[in-house]
Amino acid sequence: MENILAQAKKVAGEAEVFMVSSEETSVQFEANRLKHVQTKQSSQVALRIVRQGRIGCSSTTELGNSQGLVDNAVESSQFGMLAKFELPSLGSYPGVTVFDPGVEPVPIAEMTKLGDELIATVKSHTPDIICQAEVTKSIISVSIINSRGGQSDYRKSIFSLGIGGSLIRDTDMLFVGESESSCHPLAESKVVADVVLQQLELARSQASVSSQPLPVVFTPNGVASALVPSLMAAFNGKTVLEGASPIGNRLGHRVFDERLSLWDNPTIAYRPGSRPCDDESVPSQCTPLVEQGTIANFLYDLQTAAMAHTRSTGNGSRNHGGLPVPSPTAFVVAPGDTTFDEMLNDMKEGLVIEWLMGAGQGNILGGDFSGNVLLGYKVESGKRVGRVKNTMVSGNIYQVLKQIAAIGSEPKWVGGFLQTPPLYCPSLSVAAK
Amino acid sequence: MTDIEAIGHQLAEAVKGYSADYIEARLEESHTSHITYRGKEIESIGRSTAIGGNVRALVRGGWGFVTFNNLNDLPGRVELAVKQAQIVGNEESKLAPVEPVVENVPSQVDKNPVTISLAEKKRLLDEYNDIIWHTPKIQTSVIGYGDSHKKVIFTNSSGSYVEQERMDITLRLTAIAAEDSNIQQVGLSLGSSGDFNSIQDYHQQVRLMAQRVVELLSAPQVKGGEYTVVLDPVLAGVFVHEAFGHLSESDFVYENDRLRQIMVLGKKFGSTELNIVDSAAIPGLRGSYKYDDEGVPATKTYLIREGKLVGRLHSRETAAKMKEKPTGNARAINYRYPPIVRMTNTYIEPGAVSFDDMISDIREGIYAKNWYGGMTSMEMFTFSAGEAYMIRNGKLAELLRPVVLTGNVFTTLNNIDAIGNDLEMNQGGGCGKAAQVPLPVSNGSPHIRIRHCLVGGR
Repeated sequence: MENILAQAKKVAGEAEVFMVSSEETSVQFEANRLKHVQTKQSSQVALRIVRQGRIGCSSTTELGNSQGLVDNAVESSQFGMLAKFELPSLGSYPGVTVFDPGVEPVPIAEMTKLGDELIATVKSHTPDIICQAEVTKSIISVSIINSRGGQSDYRKSIFSLGIGGSLIRDTDMLFVGESESSCHPLAESKVVADVVLQQLELARSQASVSSQPLPVVFTPNGVASALVPSLMAAFNGKTVLEGASPIGNRLGHRVFDERLSLWDNPTIAYRPGSRPCDDESVPSQCTPLVEQGTIANFLYDLQTAAMAHTRSTGNGSRNHGGLPVPSPTAFVVAPGDTTFDEMLNDMKEGLVIEWLMGAGQGNILGGDFSGNVLLGYKVESGKRVGRVKNTMVSGNIYQVLKQIAAIGSEPKWVGGFLQTPPLYCPSLSVAAK
Repeated sequence: MTDIEAIGHQLAEAVKGYSADYIEARLEESHTSHITYRGKEIESIGRSTAIGGNVRALVRGGWGFVTFNNLNDLPGRVELAVKQAQIVGNEESKLAPVEPVVENVPSQVDKNPVTISLAEKKRLLDEYNDIIWHTPKIQTSVIGYGDSHKKVIFTNSSGSYVEQERMDITLRLTAIAAEDSNIQQVGLSLGSSGDFNSIQDYHQQVRLMAQRVVELLSAPQVKGGEYTVVLDPVLAGVFVHEAFGHLSESDFVYENDRLRQIMVLGKKFGSTELNIVDSAAIPGLRGSYKYDDEGVPATKTYLIREGKLVGRLHSRETAAKMKEKPTGNARAINYRYPPIVRMTNTYIEPGAVSFDDMISDIREGIYAKNWYGGMTSMEMFTFSAGEAYMIRNGKLAELLRPVVLTGNVFTTLNNIDAIGNDLEMNQGGGCGKAAQVPLPVSNGSPHIRIRHCLVGGR
């Protein structure tokens, strides 16, 4: 890395070298039995330079080919953006622990046992189900150095466990599933299995609704599939800078229900979305985005922050060796005071949505969502009476989150990037066959 | 760069002589470039290179898979893959037989797009971006261009050694209009199997796209419910991919007895006018190739013929286990993944109905065009239109906000009651499955009409 930096400094005023390497082992089950064991080793180095005031970048997996890396960065700097930022010098980082030395030595036999247990539990409840499952451990190492003396490196361990099941009756297909991830090794499969068993119980019978506005409870998974894609786009400092965020000019204004608070928080120990610093060496921080319904902040990397005349929030992330862009690490929605059962009891007729398929594929910027209820239940007089099918639910997050009926008191992590309680919406458009 | 041909020959030696039922290895060298714009300015522009490989071993029905981009100790990688497969395997290995092949397959494209200067690529994108920005009331634009050139070497323990050159280009343009907190967006997706010229003449479409997004600011949202819908060739292509294509991938089916009963060959899915094909053997499309990532030759496979299920897509393993012929549909997005059963170029064959006839007897319906995306869960699927209009009394009427449509594979194909005469292939898509996304594919269809299609709305 020092080599690349030294070579880059010969042709550029500023330079930064980012290196990420990972080792991942997974055991994969198909059709209820072990099918694959996979090991993935990878390493990549990315170079960013500022040359004649402009940004250039390149990346490679060939760690020995530093001249090619520098040449490509120089070519791209002819056309790159004018650099408005300054690379961070050596700083101090918050103590965010994301490495557990216990992950790497977990034997394949142990991982296989977890998967077997999980499938056995689900199958003992529903013998006809066909499951796929995956247990994965990975170790990721990140190192960054720059021409201003900035330097950071950390290691992260991730252990994850997931299952998906399909149950087919005639031409009716039911899909259930759950996953869990942590920087600690997961020792047991019960938490994940219990969720799937409950889904199977609730979906045992079918129920139908007619096309009409109905109250809807989004479970944490439901919040992730229907509401979060639009929120993530709206709080992106880049979207704001371009005037393409509906809340871009509402900083300090009340936009959402006053009970709604939301943070981006990469500093929670042992969470897969956490890290001590971002991908350009800026220290991680917990950033309030919504405080009691009022827009508090947007998410920035160095360049976008400089263009917007503000400071980076430590949200610069690179994917596939490209330049850093602002992106969320982990969204955390503050819990409210209403239990899930209280929400159900409040409904005479309504829906519980676990997974709204296709909701992230419309006008996300505008906040619109519309999707098919792939897993969801009808509620009648406080009871979940069966699974609904052939049902579309549509809305706009800015209307939905302005008037929430209640915020749940039981938060849950979804997919490592979101912690949220259930959200209860008084009325959404429902179209059904 | 490292000479991957020399390493390929080392690997070809390394996969021999182990106690496994089958071993294969892939090596890949890729060069890519990308240019992205956010607004008037370039956000990111640059080049990347990558070299990597993998070894996949089959022992008693269990697979071991090892990927790496550190090219030292190749025999050690092979050994690890075999060891992992041994942990898994506890039955008989089954692979459909395929003749070993030794061949070098160069790309048919004259000019490698990656070697074109960034300046030349930028010139074209600047032209498109200028058109967007010259449209009144545009708030901003997003443009993402990417190209790649890959050399892939495949070798296996049966003696195959295939070197293939693959190229790909994608371009997605999005125009965004805003009025207070009302934000609308319209996108245009283009692609090609490597020919840069083929994305050069879209100035008029880009202009129309930018005008459309401004019109959307004042467009109404459709009322949710069941409608007769007419899909344009682009959206119908997404529809056939989501509604039926994925269900024809036999890795979903081969070890699931219930699904095998449902997906029995000969089962009726649609009218006798309906024919659905997947073919990597058509030259020049984004899903085209000569050999798949198991070294199996590409084929043209009818999935639905005259409304009946007549075929499905296979890897060597799914073909053997279902006692059918391999179709050459095992694909991996790159060396970091094992090949899985995927679509290539999937389309509905043209029928005889003109567009005017198709809408002439619709009293109230929706004409849905262009795509945002699509998803499937096998039985249920959704697909979202980038552009939609009401049809009233047989005529196109007002512009609508984008719509999301949904269907059920067992009823919706049966509800197709008109198939147009105007097949078009769309090259702008990418397919995702099992974390392997976006895989280059193309989809196509003529205009089609679907009765009783459920549409989300206000």
